[in-house]
Amino acid sequence: MKRLTLSALVVAAVAATAVYVALKPAPDTSPASPPGDAPGDLVARGEYLARAGNCLACHTAPGGAPGAGGRAMDTPFGTIYTSNLTSDAKTGLGQWSADDFWNALHDGRGRDGRLLYPAFPYTNYTRVTRADADALFAWLQTLPAVEQPNRAHTLRFPYDTQAALLAWRTLYFKPGVFQPDAGKPAEWNRGAYLVQGLGHCSACHAPRNALGASTDPDALAGGLMPGQNWYAPSLASPHEASVADWPQAEVVALLRDGVTPHATAAGPMAEVVFGSTQYLSDADLNAMAVYLKALPQTRPVKNEVAGVQDELRRERGAQLYADQCADCHGERGEGRPGVWPALAGNRAVTMVPPANAIRTVLGGGYAPATRGNPRPYGMPPFAAALSDDDIAMVVSHIRGSWGNGASPVSSVDVQRLRGNLR
Amino acid sequence: MNRLSIASTARALFGLLALSATTTFAAPGEHPDIDLRVKACTGCHGAEGRAAADGYYPRIAGKPAGYLYNQLVNFRDGRRQYPLMSGLLQTLTDDYLQEIARHFSALDLPYPPPVRSTQKASVLAHGERLVREGDPARDLPACASCHGSALTGVAPALPGLLGLPHDYLAAQLAGWKSGIRHAHAPDCMAEVARKLNAEDIQSVAHWLSSQPVSQGGKPAAVLEKPLPIRCGGVTEAAR
Repeated sequence: MKRLTLSALVVAAVAATAVYVALKPAPDTSPASPPGDAPGDLVARGEYLARAGNCLACHTAPGGAPGAGGRAMDTPFGTIYTSNLTSDAKTGLGQWSADDFWNALHDGRGRDGRLLYPAFPYTNYTRVTRADADALFAWLQTLPAVEQPNRAHTLRFPYDTQAALLAWRTLYFKPGVFQPDAGKPAEWNRGAYLVQGLGHCSACHAPRNALGASTDPDALAGGLMPGQNWYAPSLASPHEASVADWPQAEVVALLRDGVTPHATAAGPMAEVVFGSTQYLSDADLNAMAVYLKALPQTRPVKNEVAGVQDELRRERGAQLYADQCADCHGERGEGRPGVWPALAGNRAVTMVPPANAIRTVLGGGYAPATRGNPRPYGMPPFAAALSDDDIAMVVSHIRGSWGNGASPVSSVDVQRLRGNLR
Repeated sequence: MNRLSIASTARALFGLLALSATTTFAAPGEHPDIDLRVKACTGCHGAEGRAAADGYYPRIAGKPAGYLYNQLVNFRDGRRQYPLMSGLLQTLTDDYLQEIARHFSALDLPYPPPVRSTQKASVLAHGERLVREGDPARDLPACASCHGSALTGVAPALPGLLGLPHDYLAAQLAGWKSGIRHAHAPDCMAEVARKLNAEDIQSVAHWLSSQPVSQGGKPAAVLEKPLPIRCGGVTEAAR
């Protein structure tokens, strides 16, 4: 499998190199900033857009200076370190022009012309308009200069080569600003622009192939996040995280507050709400909700239950649930409204990939603290208290009880997802 | 350069913290439902945060609020590294962490008797000497010179050292020595721990974990003497 991937990449690299001369940076066809945007407004708009793109979440190391980069992003191809976006002339963007920034955001090229790694989601950001890119750049230039040299990525061969990137781009990247659909309402188009562009929802919520590319990102059909061991559920599947049937106000509430009467943002999505969507205007959140609710849905199919557990494991799972979980989540998985989520009929529990249910038991977690929910409830981690096998049995119990009807999980599933949680 | 800018950020952050530490840790129990909201903590740290002295997790009930708050922020922001703690705190605000710190700090709960040590008397004696007197020859201050002569800490930011498990104490000292655990700069505990050898660490952890908790574990209100060393997040808060 791996060898196949590699040779495919090499073939593609050769092919791509052949057409290299024919490739030029995409011409800049979109208009510059609208005239009359005062400098202060431009910066404020840029700051808002940076929230929409959650730029600082990745471009800030834990405990580091905002925007100075250095956060490690684990990928299946090695580790990428985010770059310094502050106004420092030597190590940040201090010497960049708005055109340089546009080339990075729109075309995935650094100031020196080198191709950037798509861990920087320029496959999404290419849809951002030039006017918004200029606003973002104006704001970035106001970030206090922090002299912090960018750390070299540690990627395996051949992924560490420009040829590999060129091949990847030839296969999977086409620069292009978002084009509104004249047949759709303005609100839908605004939502699409945010979801597909700065929001870069597909970076997590779309499946990736062996080369880390999404061939149909806008379907938001769900994807495993290899570096984080979470599953970003499908927003198109009624079995996973589709919001087609939700009241619009609840979609907005989840993005703004991180919690609704029926759902809680957890794991990486809690970070998205915490760092990004809670700051968006009601108009933009409503636009995103309109667009997400209208996503083409996959046909509902009955989840098939694969595998059964023997009597002893079932009993042990039920006992663990009674001892460790029932106090908060209730004897019948009913939860406590407004405090502890119900587990019966909870899609985060029943969806086919069990990753999130397992990760939640391993690491626990708090809903994000937001203006709408400043003092969230939380769940303790069980990674240290329970073995892989115990977690497998209790998660299997939860997935199989109260009409949930989902397949059991194995201790190997837990071990694979455990990562550094122990 | 890298280090310089991080240090200056840390200093800036520290300034803010010192400010907040002196102004905010006041009225406990403003929200009656807080005990439900900290169930994520008590899963490991024991009911009401009073973990027993025989496991790994430290007791948090009754610790100085400033100390608890500093630790929560350190875990969230990567100065202390324990993925379960960092993961839990990633999306919580300073305000909420202060409330959580105040909640646990205000709990006044009895301590269980200590675990009886099976160590040799010479090991315990070495530990006790370092704790009470330090080692002037190695420029090593006594633990008691900062953590109080009763070793129950000093409000608002210096933690007590009693009623904690041996494994936890030894892991913290080793973590500071090896650079895994950090506090706000200047990181005085790192400076102290670097002067300890493995035998010192074991002796100190064994002796401390075998002592009964005096004064109900309550931190002293004020420092008896000025700190012998500058400590980030502590010196200013304790003024």
